[in-house]
Amino acid sequence: MKTVKRKLLQGNEACAEGALAAGVRFFAGYPITPSTEIAEIMAAKLPRLGGRFLQMEDEIAGMAAIIGASLAGTKSLTATSGPGFSLKQENFGYAIMTETPCVVVDVQRGGPSTGLPTSPSQGDVMQARWGTHGSHPVIALSPASVRETFDLTVKAVNFSEKFRLPVVLLLDEVIGHMREAIELPDYDEIEIIDRKKPQVPPEEYLPYKADEDGVPPMANFGDGYRFHVTGLTHDETGFPSNKPDVSAQLIKRLNDKIEKHKDEIIITEGYQLEDAEVVIFCYGCVARSAKRAVKEARESGKKVGLLRTATIWPFPAQVLQKSVKDAKYVLVPEMNEGQLLEEVERAIGCKLKVEGLNKINGELITPSEILEKIGEVI
Amino acid sequence: MSVVEKYLRVNKMPHIWCPGCGNGIVLGAFIRAIDKLGYSKEETVVVSGIGCSSRASGYLDFNTLHTTHGRALAFATGIKVTRPELKVFVIMGDGDATAIGGNHFIHAARRNIDITAIVFNNSIYGMTGGQYSPLTPPGSKATTAPYGTLEKPFNIPELAKAAGATYVARGTSYHAKMLSDLIYKGAQNKGFSMIEAITQCPISFGRRNKMGSGADMLKWQKDISITVKAAGKLPPEKLEGKLIIGEIYNSEAPEFTEQYAELVERISPKRGEG
Repeated sequence: MKTVKRKLLQGNEACAEGALAAGVRFFAGYPITPSTEIAEIMAAKLPRLGGRFLQMEDEIAGMAAIIGASLAGTKSLTATSGPGFSLKQENFGYAIMTETPCVVVDVQRGGPSTGLPTSPSQGDVMQARWGTHGSHPVIALSPASVRETFDLTVKAVNFSEKFRLPVVLLLDEVIGHMREAIELPDYDEIEIIDRKKPQVPPEEYLPYKADEDGVPPMANFGDGYRFHVTGLTHDETGFPSNKPDVSAQLIKRLNDKIEKHKDEIIITEGYQLEDAEVVIFCYGCVARSAKRAVKEARESGKKVGLLRTATIWPFPAQVLQKSVKDAKYVLVPEMNEGQLLEEVERAIGCKLKVEGLNKINGELITPSEILEKIGEVI
Repeated sequence: MSVVEKYLRVNKMPHIWCPGCGNGIVLGAFIRAIDKLGYSKEETVVVSGIGCSSRASGYLDFNTLHTTHGRALAFATGIKVTRPELKVFVIMGDGDATAIGGNHFIHAARRNIDITAIVFNNSIYGMTGGQYSPLTPPGSKATTAPYGTLEKPFNIPELAKAAGATYVARGTSYHAKMLSDLIYKGAQNKGFSMIEAITQCPISFGRRNKMGSGADMLKWQKDISITVKAAGKLPPEKLEGKLIIGEIYNSEAPEFTEQYAELVERISPKRGEG
């Protein structure tokens, strides 16, 4: 019989639960508000599951250690906030280049710098996209509820394993610290994806030769497949090469493997979009206020709808284009100075009016602020 | 096939090191130690950072990981903690280990995690063309110290010992046999082992400081070295400017991955309970 696990959980707790459910057995990190609960829960639970938790000497080491653990075959995750995410960027790029699956949870807080450690923000949207140097792919997910935090953490681990790259889970202080009574799924029924293993004997193994899906099978260190891993541009054998064609092919493949699977990665939720003249496009905690605003607007007869994206990167340009087909106005409320607004403008062009509603004072955007803004248009 | 060739990815030659560089000698000493230890290639992991010496990982036929600058020990920690049965070695340069990676260096030592670290100390940043490192002798010239360095260098063995390493040694590329023996012994220590290997860089360090050829610099290593045993018989003033070589510190302390395994055992639900 299916047992329903009903729990009162914080977003950060749901994230830790999701990670464990997805098979994460290694965590390395450094304490930072507002993400620390994730580390604390992992410290308590991982050893009981035969896993390992490490509090490292700094954020950089936390990122390095999860990459090392993953190369040795263990699903791994770290959690941080904006300043720590900045410190992790070099090794984050290393994980992209070496195609090492792992998950980085960034519970966003106000910035720049030390900023507002205990207040929410959505200021790391572009840091997640371009924080590390070079032309590279990124998957970044952002939940809007405690239950979705659980689900998207599982997804983040699965995507990282399937596509062999570090995946960012962008929480924010509201979602991370908010408590909701949720029902957790039966862990046996959750889809778990494991990285694909080589099907050839060690002497024939080319560690960076991709299959048709653009993803190379991955052997673990110590399992008999000796290979070389480097952050330098490399060929299919894994050894450094600075030949222009090798370099171009590698970077193209790294980007293509995500581009090709965009439809599978992009998760969105439409609400009252069918006849909407005004479309609100948002993500994360702000989507909660937006949904409320849509309800209230509809009650007063205004045709307002919501497109909420759970996948920030790759950006859901096509879904957005479809959703605003008949709209006159798009509002993008964000707790930053308009980081995703420009992506929205890029996707829609100048066909209709697009505006941001931006708040950077550490307070959540309220439904009434959104309604007020909408009231200026219809 | 020579012992060295057995463990090298010969098809990756020629290597990038300059004529007269000591890194090849240190690498040879490392390989001979592995051969004597009898570790299989499959169970051996070599992690390196960034710099001339860190290119060694690409030439070695083990599980090899060429990481980011300064971070090799942190990557290696993730591997060792999740797969304690693997034999994990870390190769770093002096700037890699003690400047950008100084924090990871002291913390790996503090944890006494069973990793053997070999610091190739060539007194300079070689790959970037000769900037001074935390190991450049005071007064030496470097591209970023055209009038001579003002900074006092680290004593790497003393740093490692103070931070908690349980095996600490120093060798040179001149004393290649001794160096190999030190690595061999360090690898057998159950805990964090650090072997500093003094190696010559005639191109980016020696030339600017009028130290002659690679061979001249090997002679310089010989001239300034004194064994731990011989040094013990001399008063401190006689050791001024000398390089103490050999096994500097060897002790026992709980090893991190073993402690962790014990913790897991201790908190695991016992059979029959609940």
